[in-house]
Amino acid sequence: MKKVIVVGNGMVGYKFCEKFIAKASKEEFKLIVFGEEPRPAYDRVHLSEYFQNQDAKALELAPANWYSDNDIELISNERVTDIHRKSKTITTSSDESYEYDYLVLATGSLPFVPPIEGVEKEGVFVYRTIEDLEGMMAYADMLKAKKPDAKAAVLGGGLLGLEAAKAVMDMGLEPHVVEFAQKLMPRQLDLRSSKVLQVKLESLGINIHLNKATNQILGDRAIEAMEFGEDDKLDVDMLVISAGIRPRDELGKTCGLDMGVRGGITVNNKMQTSDPEIFAIGEVALYNHMIYGLVAPGYEMADVAVEQILGNEEALMSSDIDMSTKLKLIGVDVASFGEPFMPAEKGHSILFENKTKYLYKRINVSHDGKTLLGGILVGDAADYNILHQMYLNGIPLPENAEDLILGTRADGGSVFGSVMDLPDAAQICSCESVSKGDICSTITSGECNNVSEVMSCTKAGTGCGGCKPMVSDLVNETLKSLGKEVKETICDHFNYTRQELFGIIKVKKLTTFYEVLDACGEGDGCETCKPLVASIFASLYNDTANKEDVIQDSNDKFLANIQRNGTYSVVPRIPGGEITPQKLIVIGQVGEKYNLYTKITGGQRIDLFGAQLNDLPAIWKELIDAGFESGHAYGKSLRTVKSCVGSTWCRYGMDESVSFAIDLENRYKGLRSPHKLKGGVSGCIRECAEARGKDFGVIAVEGGWNLYVCGNGGATPKHALLLAEQIDNETCIKYLDRFLMYYIRTAAPLMRTAAWLDKLEGGIEQLKSIVIDDSLNLAEELEKDMQGLVDAYECEWTQVIEREELQSRFKHFINSDEKDDNIVFVPMRDQIMPEPWTSN
Amino acid sequence: MDTILTGLQPAFQPDQVSVWFKAAKVSDFPKNGGACVKYKDKQIAVYYFERRNQWYACQNACPHKLEMVLSRGMIGDEKGIPKIACPMHKKTFSLVTGENLNGDLDAISIYPVKVEDNFVYIGFSE
Repeated sequence: MKKVIVVGNGMVGYKFCEKFIAKASKEEFKLIVFGEEPRPAYDRVHLSEYFQNQDAKALELAPANWYSDNDIELISNERVTDIHRKSKTITTSSDESYEYDYLVLATGSLPFVPPIEGVEKEGVFVYRTIEDLEGMMAYADMLKAKKPDAKAAVLGGGLLGLEAAKAVMDMGLEPHVVEFAQKLMPRQLDLRSSKVLQVKLESLGINIHLNKATNQILGDRAIEAMEFGEDDKLDVDMLVISAGIRPRDELGKTCGLDMGVRGGITVNNKMQTSDPEIFAIGEVALYNHMIYGLVAPGYEMADVAVEQILGNEEALMSSDIDMSTKLKLIGVDVASFGEPFMPAEKGHSILFENKTKYLYKRINVSHDGKTLLGGILVGDAADYNILHQMYLNGIPLPENAEDLILGTRADGGSVFGSVMDLPDAAQICSCESVSKGDICSTITSGECNNVSEVMSCTKAGTGCGGCKPMVSDLVNETLKSLGKEVKETICDHFNYTRQELFGIIKVKKLTTFYEVLDACGEGDGCETCKPLVASIFASLYNDTANKEDVIQDSNDKFLANIQRNGTYSVVPRIPGGEITPQKLIVIGQVGEKYNLYTKITGGQRIDLFGAQLNDLPAIWKELIDAGFESGHAYGKSLRTVKSCVGSTWCRYGMDESVSFAIDLENRYKGLRSPHKLKGGVSGCIRECAEARGKDFGVIAVEGGWNLYVCGNGGATPKHALLLAEQIDNETCIKYLDRFLMYYIRTAAPLMRTAAWLDKLEGGIEQLKSIVIDDSLNLAEELEKDMQGLVDAYECEWTQVIEREELQSRFKHFINSDEKDDNIVFVPMRDQIMPEPWTSN
Repeated sequence: MDTILTGLQPAFQPDQVSVWFKAAKVSDFPKNGGACVKYKDKQIAVYYFERRNQWYACQNACPHKLEMVLSRGMIGDEKGIPKIACPMHKKTFSLVTGENLNGDLDAISIYPVKVEDNFVYIGFSE
């Protein structure tokens, strides 16, 4: 049996193992892997995600048992210290010795730390490993505790440096980027595009300092400032160095392999070093006088080394290495492909720049205008994949090459045609070298039936993930060409979309979950389909959540929002945010009596937190006796219609926004929908009610109301779009009935109105024609359905208080009246909060 | 939190039961839903799958954040395996083996259940 030793368990080392076990016979070869980090290989490309979720598992390339399951001996936390080429052995930091037949060096690189005076001070970090990131996070927490406006600088404005700037910004520090060159991302971007990126990043609050050479790091023990020159310094409390990489080539040096002048172990196109039994791959390998810091070439090197060791001498590294990249930096698309900076003797460039929208696009075309040589995209890289394919496959350019970055300005289809027009050999996933033919054939052969199966079968899209949209398009188009339907079904229990199920339930007049399961589903149901069916019942019949409480989502089941410690919050409805002093007093009394934490919400009402399950009916009885009703804050349903004070008090008001907001909130209260709904009414265009940030917003203008739809705040804020202008109250309600009912019928589960409009073919113009011009001949039916729901409204908390048999679910124990005694509150600013979580 | 953890025990078989605790009448339990039973200082979640006419019981604490909430979750099946989804973050657990079906949390403890004379009993081995 031959022994192969891999030194290094980073992404490329891991890829070598994966490819090796797929091709080599276990009887012939034994694979031993050394990693000096405490954990097995992880995805360093997506390291900044660790900051958001702190989930090291999510970054794992394979779980620890993957190695043993595949008979690979993984030795973590152990560094290889010496190679003895004569005896073909290596020794490790714990003085163990291992023999090899083939040795693969995948030691990667280390961050380059420039020799600046003071670089050893506390608070100076590099950005490379999970441990580095954890160190930065701990230091940032310590800083913020002492100094709320602490600043952090990143030395280096390259790709990794900007990632690091995002990380420090997310840690709550004021971010600064210090770059030696005159532009950001000097290796990928030209001066103009770099400027566009800079303006965008500055608008996001990142401070950029260019043309700065750091002479010294100042501070007593910890860093306090960076000095660039006389009288030129920047006060900072933390510094992250991201000034490039240096190959970890010391093993090669000490055992006498051929090295590059500036480091790196020299390899030939078989990935062999000057010792034919020793291979080097990834960032330690110097190939074509270059170190390649990207994943894709590293993976290709791993593949070549595997083939060479297995005796396939024809597998050689390509001579031209594609350095194209696309990434999302701090939410900004940046891509470059082929020859981004092209000398004038090779061709011409076509440029488009719009700094106000932070957009820059450049393509380089040959002198005859027939082939694409490369390009740069900043701000919008949606077309990167297809442009990259055109470049790689030499696809002829359209007559007006500028259409590629400007879009066709005449009527008619896309400039690019369909993904299906690409040749079969087109490489779709460059990380894993998967071609269009590879992807499509798994579908046509019947081996795979959907995107996730194709991804696990071909590995396409599992590297950087940039090609996923293309993979998904190819899969769907191929399925379609085979006459197979592509749809998003609800779950294993129902082979239908929500819209289809909505139709079935409506036509067959089904009213319980088991009727629906018997009619068109299977099994017992689950946490996905049960609440979905409950929501459809509510939208069709306005059933309250009391009717079949066991199929309701967590919060609907108990008509309250479950909080961190298993207690609940209580939100009575306060339509339009208008409330009498007397009612405010009642809320205060209830809060005091049941020891509830009280907070004003963003929707102009009051949230009472910390109610125990057993107390909910008593709390609500007191509120209902005082004239309140459920606020449905727990449901996928209408929350609030926010208002400004309007013309009744405001000297600028054009109309009574409070009165109209109250009317609208009372009309649609209790309305269940695919996702929560929020509304707003502003009395003038100053828009104090932020109505355009809502699913529906109404703004008073000269001559009536303007109606806007499909906006939202939250993670992806979107302004609502104008649906109708200068309409009166009745027309506004009529249009809203139609719009809301059409959304409720056709949206996918948990899809808010903005996302729904994005998917609606024809967009807002199509919605206008349905709602205003009644192009689908549905208006009357939609209005009638909505009126039915409005008429059927009942406050579900009032139902519970009036009907004792509905109260049994509000008990923590079935066999005792005691409350849950594990709940612990701790004081906070004169009120209470749940004890912090200690685990996970 | 220590008391919650030490109160738990590994899954065991009905023949190891030393105490059958008479919890409540069958009619007290919701159909196709869950309820929480108090036994000494333990909290046990009990579920009734009406259509299969099957009963299951498990610890009430979700191993994710150790809150006493599993009885308030939603039941269902995954490829035929009866399961419970925690109301907090929708972590799902097999009611047969206790294993976490959509993650790698620790398995929950499962307890045997029997019904006699319209009463529900939960088995403990102490």
